Amino acid sequence: MSNQKPKLALYWASSCGGCEIAVLGLHEKILNVAEAFDIVFWPCVMDFKYADVEAMEDGEIDVCLFNGAIRNDENAHMAHLLRQKSKVLVAFGACSYGGSMPGLANFSDREAMFQWIYADSPSTINPDGIVPQKRTDVPEGELRLPGFWNTVKTLAQVVPVDYFLPGCPPEASSIEIAVNAIVSGELPPPGSVIGPDVTVCDECPRKKSEKKIKRFYRPQEIIPDPDICLLEQGLFCAGIATRSGCGAKCPQVGFGCRGCYGPNEGVLDHGAKILTGIASVIDAMTAEEAEAIFDTLPDPAGYFYRFHLPDSLLRRKARGNGKRQPVSETGQRGPA
Amino acid sequence: MSDNGTFTPVIVGFLCNWCSYRAADLAGTSRMGYPATLRDIRIMCTGRLDPTFVLRALQKGADGVLIMGCHPGQCHYQEGNYKAIRRFALLRRTLRQLGIADERVQLHWASAAEGVRFAQTVARVTEQIRQLGPLDWAHNWPNEDPYAVEEAVHE
Repeated sequence: MSNQKPKLALYWASSCGGCEIAVLGLHEKILNVAEAFDIVFWPCVMDFKYADVEAMEDGEIDVCLFNGAIRNDENAHMAHLLRQKSKVLVAFGACSYGGSMPGLANFSDREAMFQWIYADSPSTINPDGIVPQKRTDVPEGELRLPGFWNTVKTLAQVVPVDYFLPGCPPEASSIEIAVNAIVSGELPPPGSVIGPDVTVCDECPRKKSEKKIKRFYRPQEIIPDPDICLLEQGLFCAGIATRSGCGAKCPQVGFGCRGCYGPNEGVLDHGAKILTGIASVIDAMTAEEAEAIFDTLPDPAGYFYRFHLPDSLLRRKARGNGKRQPVSETGQRGPA
Repeated sequence: MSDNGTFTPVIVGFLCNWCSYRAADLAGTSRMGYPATLRDIRIMCTGRLDPTFVLRALQKGADGVLIMGCHPGQCHYQEGNYKAIRRFALLRRTLRQLGIADERVQLHWASAAEGVRFAQTVARVTEQIRQLGPLDWAHNWPNEDPYAVEEAVHE
């Protein structure tokens, strides 16, 4: 293997593995990747150890595609390690960019999750109340588990990130744009989101006219007209405030955009922009009428922040229902 | 916190140019007394109020947000305040899910002639938020990263 090839690493933190599949979804073009790069770390598909990365020189990896959110000490350790060893660190996919599905845990907290998972859930029998500990002493020695965080973070909230590649998972076409940019060296300014800055509506071929809806429907409640904007038919769609690059695939098959490509340039809070868009399509002139219509949209925060809660301005639900709580065991306070 | 230990909330006010900001002016020129808790920001219309502004205020340390505009039917731009009604209804539902009490973010009306109403609203909202105590949003995410050298800057 030539030493001239740039070195590529791929890692998954708190993620589902879908991003790894998305890389393989390049199909035969994956051979171009293998041809262009020397893959030095990819735990999903090849046998590498963390120690292999620790043994590398700082900056030895040319490009690291990092998918997954940061939810525990292990994720954070790998984020810091790969940042140190990589020249270019790419937040790959919605989880590392915005928190995504793992980030929805920010509507809860560690205590509540442990209570449900290790005690209250119907399939759990745990009379001794055993919950995971960071350290456990056994006759053979000390066992350790990564500490589980109260708040899920994005990669950029833990280490500096050079580029963001949105999507759940990123479409093959988006990955191709990123890979080509890296191979050719024609990269956008650091900190950029790689991809076009248009909304899903721009790419959606559905016919759009004035929106005035009297109620929302859940996807299972109606069969939508194949040609008219889904939002006009009362189906939630985040395409109005979501970056495209996906080709508007979901709305084209009758399912409203869920927002996986995240916000457009200059938007501080993805959820707030979807909220504004959704609030503007209802046909209501009084607060009572508006409330009645929004009664048909269960879990609005879940819709608006499905992919970007940790990356939003408020980042998480108030701990302890908004009443002031003692600061956590570390005694430290995060940035404002 | 004030010097004597009682909690004085910080409330960010988004007041519409045509009615409520003038109501605030009237309250001032009429020498009406009301708590000095409101940090007024003049916007042209409550219809211009992006929910991002409210979230930003809370994230940056405000204990509450008070949005005030023209009475329904009296909007300088015909229907800007109706847009605010719709947006506010959905914002309040979203904030509830994030654990923020309804009293912390409120929408009220005051015409340019209603200096008294303006002052009374500020006093009432201040008292409600004072009862709830500080919001101090940043305390919700203490640093849990044992490997952090310094917090990554993320705006």
